[in-house]
Amino acid sequence: MPKITYITHDKQSHTIEVSTGLTVMEGAVQNDIPGIDADCGGGMACATCHVYVKEDWLNKLPKKEEGEEDMLDMAFEPKTNSRLSCQLIVSDEIDGIIVNIPSKQA
Amino acid sequence: MNKTDALIIGAGPTGLFTAHQLKLIGLNCEIVDNLDKIGGQCIELYPDKPIYDIPAVPECTAEQLTNNLINQLKPFNIKFHLSDRVEEVKKDNENWIVKTSNGKIFSTPNIVIAGGVGSFEPRKFSPKECEKFENKSLFYMVKDKAIFDEKIVTIFGGGDSALDWAVELSKNSKVNLIHRRNEFRAAQSTVDKVHELVKAGKINLYTKYQMKSVNGSKNIESIEIKHDNDEIKNIKTDYVLGFFGLIMQLGPIANWGLNINKKNIEVDTEKFETNQKGIYAVGDICTYPGKLKLILSGFHEGALAARACFKLARPNEKYRFEFTTTSSNLLKRLGKKE
Repeated sequence: MPKITYITHDKQSHTIEVSTGLTVMEGAVQNDIPGIDADCGGGMACATCHVYVKEDWLNKLPKKEEGEEDMLDMAFEPKTNSRLSCQLIVSDEIDGIIVNIPSKQA
Repeated sequence: MNKTDALIIGAGPTGLFTAHQLKLIGLNCEIVDNLDKIGGQCIELYPDKPIYDIPAVPECTAEQLTNNLINQLKPFNIKFHLSDRVEEVKKDNENWIVKTSNGKIFSTPNIVIAGGVGSFEPRKFSPKECEKFENKSLFYMVKDKAIFDEKIVTIFGGGDSALDWAVELSKNSKVNLIHRRNEFRAAQSTVDKVHELVKAGKINLYTKYQMKSVNGSKNIESIEIKHDNDEIKNIKTDYVLGFFGLIMQLGPIANWGLNINKKNIEVDTEKFETNQKGIYAVGDICTYPGKLKLILSGFHEGALAARACFKLARPNEKYRFEFTTTSSNLLKRLGKKE
């Protein structure tokens, strides 16, 4: 199973195995990683599963849909490497990905 | 004091259908919602998005779904209390006493929380010092636009609210519009209008910038904004407006003594009752083993919670299960029979 590393705002690192086909958001929620709220349940409708993706991994991810960029306008402190983790599908290509969780989601 | 058989918190699809079920079985109910319109998340977050998994409705937008639910309530007289939020819930013998932010008081044996994931509140700026100026020289909504006349107003955001206000306020104020990227997510006609006003020198547009800090003693005097490439600009301004959409907050519900698990309220699957007798939770806000956050699940949960409400609202009557196809009682309530 691909490994994902979540780094919370207080620099705690959590590396967990997440089944292929789940999303990076689901991996966090199912494993009680703090800081990802996912209020809308993965519908790209709330921007509360916002993460920062480490630069080396950004290009390996599928491009943002327009709706994701629109939602990121509303995220807390968005940056150029911001993504909604509900839109990141776990696959072998992103095995080892590192995402940073912002200090808050709203 | 308003007396009612059941008070519904939340006017989203689940709250609306719960009201339908309550009225159908002969109970009265009132609905409180923090938003200024009916429809909850469907209307606030995604009115134009099509939904494909409502039983027997192959495709409809969230707005159409809301309108259909409102139509379904037409036979009934239901009182809505919009732009109002339930703040306090207290037990008084057999009834719950409910107070809202507008000072309304309800007495009811049943409260049905159909609150989605809480109430909608504006998303705020991240720098801490912004709080100090909130509702003085920094706002997340416009109540009285006259205060901005002849002043410098700096507007943040890239959606319809930000652009509409930039256009409107540029008539009598000096307007700066600041957005984190070049693209806007607003009606094309408004976007075109903004670009026209920028060309005409009526709006100063800064894109790829975000708020860094606000400065001032009593009122805001200037702000610093930061570009994607870390460049910092200092801008003189009298007022700051932020339009970053709304965020859902559990809000006061957290203080009512309910068992809450990750922002969701734990319920049983017979009555959808919480750990407090007479308080139910239905729709996205409730959780139980196997819970699916689908609109159709909310409808089922509301139907069952309504039957549970009957027992507390009519303790001396027996609830009898009936079909709308055959029951003359139900057809009368629906206005289909004299």
